[in-house]
Amino acid sequence: MQNELNFVGRCLYDLNDYTAEEIYAILEASKVMKEINKRDYKKLPTLKGKTICTLFFENSTRTLMSFELAADRLSADIVRFASNGSSLAKGESLQDTVYTINAMGIDLYVIRHNLPGSPQLVHKHTGKPVLNAGDGHHAHPTQALLDIFSIWEKLGSLDGLKITLVGDIAHSRVVRSNLIGMKKLGAEVTVCGPKTLMPSQMSEVYGCKVEYDLKTALKDADVVMGLRMQLERQSEGLFPSLEEYSKLFTLSKETMKYAKKDALVLHPGPMNRGIEILPEIADSSRSVILEQVTNGVAVRMALLFLMLGGRM
Amino acid sequence: MLVKNGLVYQGDKFEKLDVLIKGTKIERVAPSIDETEATKIIDAEGKHVFPGFVDLHTHLRDPGQTHKEDIISGTKAAAKGGYTTICAMPNTDPIVDNIATVEYIKRKAKDVGYCKVSVIGALTKKSEGKELTEVASMLEGGIVAVSDDGGCVQNTKIKLNAMKYVSNFNIPVIVHAEDYSLSAKGQINAGTMSTKLGLGGIPALAEEIIISRDIMLAENLNCHLHIAHISTAKAIQMVREAKSRGVKVTCEVTPHHLLLTEDACDNYDTNTKVKPPLRTKKDRLACLEGLLDDTIDFIASDHAPHSDFEKEKEFNLAPFGINVLETSFASLYTGLVMENKIELTKLIEKLSTSPAKFLKINSGLIKEGCLADITVVDLEGDIHFSAETMVSKSNNTPFINQTFKGRVDTTICDGVVTWGAGTKS
Repeated sequence: MQNELNFVGRCLYDLNDYTAEEIYAILEASKVMKEINKRDYKKLPTLKGKTICTLFFENSTRTLMSFELAADRLSADIVRFASNGSSLAKGESLQDTVYTINAMGIDLYVIRHNLPGSPQLVHKHTGKPVLNAGDGHHAHPTQALLDIFSIWEKLGSLDGLKITLVGDIAHSRVVRSNLIGMKKLGAEVTVCGPKTLMPSQMSEVYGCKVEYDLKTALKDADVVMGLRMQLERQSEGLFPSLEEYSKLFTLSKETMKYAKKDALVLHPGPMNRGIEILPEIADSSRSVILEQVTNGVAVRMALLFLMLGGRM
Repeated sequence: MLVKNGLVYQGDKFEKLDVLIKGTKIERVAPSIDETEATKIIDAEGKHVFPGFVDLHTHLRDPGQTHKEDIISGTKAAAKGGYTTICAMPNTDPIVDNIATVEYIKRKAKDVGYCKVSVIGALTKKSEGKELTEVASMLEGGIVAVSDDGGCVQNTKIKLNAMKYVSNFNIPVIVHAEDYSLSAKGQINAGTMSTKLGLGGIPALAEEIIISRDIMLAENLNCHLHIAHISTAKAIQMVREAKSRGVKVTCEVTPHHLLLTEDACDNYDTNTKVKPPLRTKKDRLACLEGLLDDTIDFIASDHAPHSDFEKEKEFNLAPFGINVLETSFASLYTGLVMENKIELTKLIEKLSTSPAKFLKINSGLIKEGCLADITVVDLEGDIHFSAETMVSKSNNTPFINQTFKGRVDTTICDGVVTWGAGTKS
């Protein structure tokens, strides 16, 4: 463990608040956690007595499960707040909701919210460390960290790697957080998708390349990440049909030929097989899609551990 | 009343003069007026004496939203900011689309206000952009312009008819330019900051398309169009070109669009959430350039108070609007005059002389025969804005907890002190 780095009491809104050195420390800690998860007895007493609250204002299955499992394995107590049927439905503000919950004695919050900036608001009103589990289209730092971990574990350093992210860039918090993290670790990142799903000034904000042609974007890529394409974007007039989308942007044997021969394939899930990615790629040996899910638990354990001051 | 020894605004310069006030008017402006001529002396030694500021764009929130502001608190905030006349925008609850509501505001302001209040009536009933309002009746009540501010008539045919109808009454139509189909779901300017923060963007185009349309309507109908809170470089260029070919178009800019950019929205500070949104540096500089070359006629506050509990929310859920009246002069003086971006005389012209001329009121100058609307300012004086010091009912300014130079010491409206020594309470 790198003792000089301090994570205790800090929030994780996005990766821009963390240095490359700190990100590597999180990856190292995640590696240890991953080892623990392979044991028969997958439990550490390290966060015994700490209480973690998961505030989920947006539907989520895998992220919530992953966080709760991570907290469980570190022996922390978990309380779950889900917005359905809660006081929010009765018109209580986020501010009053967290005041109330905080009065019960919480040590750390994990929040998922459809509106960006909500994690900052929770911290402002509780003063407790807040871990962002996805806020609107803004950020999803734990997803980015598990993606980065998955690449780092397979390929070592990210420095100089060519990474291509393909799909609905505009509505993706996964892309935004990954761009910040991957750039910090020295990767060359290209984003690719239809023009209508590309936010303005991507290259100015993130220092990435922007391509609208998949084959050009995939050229010599070491890592390729597909993104979930949502049908609702069609009714918003952003693209004509899933079929045409797939024709232009699907990751297939054919299109992956342009990437490096053993290029890793990632996807944050849930996948639309046949739309943004074909089974021939999703299930191929180069795919680390399931491994990402395994790594997610380890990365979240590492973060909870570091932020709550656990000792190895 | 005698304002003694101040540096008095005389158009393009300041002169050390005394100002003698008799009743509601300025009786004499001269180098040395004997103190025996007045019963009350205001010592302005070392201070500047400006004509009272005039605001074409204030949301007083009264009637109907008086938890945010009311006519008493809003006019008091105005007096504190050096204003002597403000114009109330009609998007209250109910909307000011009838003579009764116009008269309510006028009467209450006269009875309990700290400055003069002119009323702007709605352009369409309930500002729904469907049916025309009774402009002639509201004129009897004393409206000075019409606007659906806060909203924007989307249907071009209705806008054409409304402008045509109003052009008969010789008052301007004020447009809040926003194409809803382009601004929908938008929270801040569409650009680097919206991309970075994952917030919906309001593109410059949403403003420019309506301004382009309305300039064409004004030109076609020979009607006076006034553009509220202009904020983009292209929109200002369109106004510049329209003016040069003789279209009756005027426009205003807010202090925040002159001082801030979208960068202020980082960290999701909901006090920076406003329509039109804070734009890019290029746009901000274009606003300044437009003000200096008179493409932009004057500065208007767009004072839009909101309570803490309304602003203390997720960014998407917080209402649009910035609290401005108390901060405008000090923030503009500190941010622009002290940084040598604009001459002090020019700033006063844009805060007072020019909007007074627009309203055709006998104010905006300090000379014999003008109304005694006067603001005495200590340019060296500090002013700090905090929840404790603000007299507005709300505190929603991005300048909260900051200190500026240029403190208003005394405001005199129609010969009566409304702020500072001797203020009525």
